[in-house]
Amino acid sequence: MTVHRDDLGDKMGMWLFIFTELLLFGMLFVVYAVYRSMHPEAFKLGGDELDVVMGTINTIILLISSMTVAMSISAMQKGNKKLALTLLTITLIIAVVFLVNKYFEWGAKFEYGFNPGAPELLELGHGTILFFGLYFIMTGIHALHILIGIALFIYVVWQIRKDKIHQTDYVWLENTGLYWHLVDLIWIFLFPLFYLIH
Amino acid sequence: MSEEKHHIVSYRTHAFVLLALLVLTGISVAITQLEMGPMNTLAAMIIAGIKAAIVLAWFMHLKFESRFFAFMVSAVVVVFLLVLLVTFFDYSYR
Repeated sequence: MTVHRDDLGDKMGMWLFIFTELLLFGMLFVVYAVYRSMHPEAFKLGGDELDVVMGTINTIILLISSMTVAMSISAMQKGNKKLALTLLTITLIIAVVFLVNKYFEWGAKFEYGFNPGAPELLELGHGTILFFGLYFIMTGIHALHILIGIALFIYVVWQIRKDKIHQTDYVWLENTGLYWHLVDLIWIFLFPLFYLIH
Repeated sequence: MSEEKHHIVSYRTHAFVLLALLVLTGISVAITQLEMGPMNTLAAMIIAGIKAAIVLAWFMHLKFESRFFAFMVSAVVVVFLLVLLVTFFDYSYR
């Protein structure tokens, strides 16, 4: 008996999910755009408080992790299970490093009292409160996606080890890759909009 | 079993794509350190758009999939831009 499979349908379903994610973040970008146009000075000052070096490092490692996932799919298509696993492990490590960086970044912001509800922040005026509110919500939802990505990668690595995902059936790996590139795509816009305003 | 033919992207191509993305990142960081007023944001967004297109085309395989996928992605981008436009019309003429 042959099992019916529809890889194209699976991928299309993943893309439809990605569209809902793009619109979720898209609407947050709309909110950002409106508030920034209303409080340009406060957003500029807020952006100056963010660590450009840390943001750049996270951008670079996230781009590298996107490449390692894309390469792991090529490796899987060529039947190189070992290389695919190695590349996915590198991706997993990078995802964890990204979150560790985020932890220190957020920690520093909490120390300076820029976290939502901090008395120091409340004295800084409307625009600054909006800037840091959006910063924490948008990078927070993005970090949540990184966390979900880590869980997905652990599952995919486990399935590859068990040969449930293999050279002729790897749509799970492909869709997890698509999800990870989405996370990268969002960061490509978050980074300049928050860290690079001058 | 899946009967479809798959396009395998070479490791070299992936490495070149990453290199391009890193160079663009460097350019956007450098360009925003200059004082160009509102042009800074415009330049940063154009570069981000190019980076996003590269990720979509190569890493997300849109270049090698059926054209229908690229069409759907474009439709979502258009919807987003329209919402942005309409929202700004609303806020500008209150």
